[in-house]
This record gives sequence, C-alpha cells and structure tokens, in this order.
Amino acid sequence: MRRVAELRAGDQIPELRVTPDRYLTLRYAGASGDFNPIHVDEEFARSVGLPGRILHGLWTMAQVARAQTEAAGGPERLKRISVQFRGMGLPEQEVVVTGTVTEIRNGCAVIDTVAEQAGNQIIRNAEAEVEL
Amino acid sequence: MPVKTTAIGKSYDPVVYAVGREKVGEYARAVGEASPLCLDVEAARAAGYPDVLAPPMFAVVYCAPAVGPLIFDPEIGINFAMMVHAGQEFVWDRPVVAGDEITTTASVKDISERDGRAFYVFESVSENQRGERVCTATWTNIVRGA
Repeated sequence: MRRVAELRAGDQIPELRVTPDRYLTLRYAGASGDFNPIHVDEEFARSVGLPGRILHGLWTMAQVARAQTEAAGGPERLKRISVQFRGMGLPEQEVVVTGTVTEIRNGCAVIDTVAEQAGNQIIRNAEAEVEL
Repeated sequence: MPVKTTAIGKSYDPVVYAVGREKVGEYARAVGEASPLCLDVEAARAAGYPDVLAPPMFAVVYCAPAVGPLIFDPEIGINFAMMVHAGQEFVWDRPVVAGDEITTTASVKDISERDGRAFYVFESVSENQRGERVCTATWTNIVRGA
C-alpha cells in the first residue's frame, strides 16, 4: 500500500523540481493535442516576439498538480486545483513547484502553491485540495 | 470596439471522448507522472480500478474537443492572435480510467471587459458513460486590446 501523507496546516509540501528537455513541448503537444505553433515551431515563436518555443501552460499546471499528488500519496487524491498563468515557461530551464498547507477542511488539505522558473512565477495564486 | 457579450450562456453540443490505455500512458509520460496506477494495468487492477487511472490533468485531453471550438466560434469572436490562457480550474468528482467514455459539454459562463481587456470564461462539465460527473472545469482566456 502506498503511504497516505500526513499533512498539517503550515506544512510545506516537498518541492518538485523538473527540467523540461528540448523536445518536451513536442511530446506534450502530441499527448495533449495542443499544437499551437508557439509551442512547437521555433521560427514561428520568434516571429511573434517570443524568445523561442514556450512551454504549454497546462503542462506546467500538470507539474503543479503532480507536486500535490506526490505529497498526498497518489494521482487519485487531487480533488480541485485552480491556477493563474503568468509570463511564459521555457524549455531547458528548471521548473520548481512549492506549496504550503493553509488548512485541513473536510478531510482535504488545502494547499497554496506556485511554480517558478529562474525566479519568475509562471503559475501563481494557485490553490489545490487533496484528499488525505 | 466593445466586447460582444451575446454568447453568454450559450451551450454547445456534447462531445464524447473514449479514454484509451495507451493514450493515458502517453499523457502520463509527457507530464512526468510515474504512478504505476497510470502506467501499469496490473497495478491499477490490484488497487481496485478496472484499468489504468488517468492522471487528473488528463481532463485537458478529454475536454479539449468540447472546449477548443469555442475559441473559434465567430459568435464569441475571440481575436486568437491576442489571446492568453490566463486561468484554469478543475474540480474532480471521481476517477477516470481507460475504457471510459467521457461526454463533455461546454458553455460560455461569462464575457466581460475591464481595463481594455476582454475576459472570456468557459465552463465544461464532463460525465462518464454511467452519467456520473467526473470533472467540472473553468477556462479563463484574456484578449488584450479589446
């Protein structure tokens, strides 16, 4: 049996660190069906003023989700997540997800969480509920 | 130009998505989900699921065919080139496993304008083949220069 995490108000969840490799946006495009060229076409991305291909916000949101489910003991434990996307994430730079339990409510831990890349919050004001 | 709000409340035809075992695995690997519940059918069955468990954010995959068309609906009138995905919420009610057929219905929850930006808020409700709700999602897109 997998361990069910003990989370208490004030606890920090374990940090999740992940570095999307050069071709991650291509694999995620295939997996998700989102082939917006700003994610898969370097030339197109530059032509619209971006530094290059950018990460899918929903991939980064999936990393935020994974930080919660790994803290809570499994992917089935996530009950709710809401996020705001800010700025842009880039391939080949580490993404760091951190979070703090704000309260325990109805058998769920409520977690304030963010994702940063090079010190910029690319997901902020995020809140998750995981079943304990 | 004022933002068109006539589409508020508009609901779209439901779209059915059949969840496949290999698609769940492909998605799980793309997002770094390593749980055997998502990758190993025997592990999933040992834990009481009929097949591999979709990672929660797999909701993106089964909702997309229902929600995507709203971005291009002329009645809503989004300027796609200026659109930014600004916010997202998912609420999950029960697990989704390979073999499920998920029916998602999208609607326009709100359209508003402030500070020269248009806010388009879409909602999607997803149910499994037994009519049980599995996920409710709120999608917020902002268009600058509205």
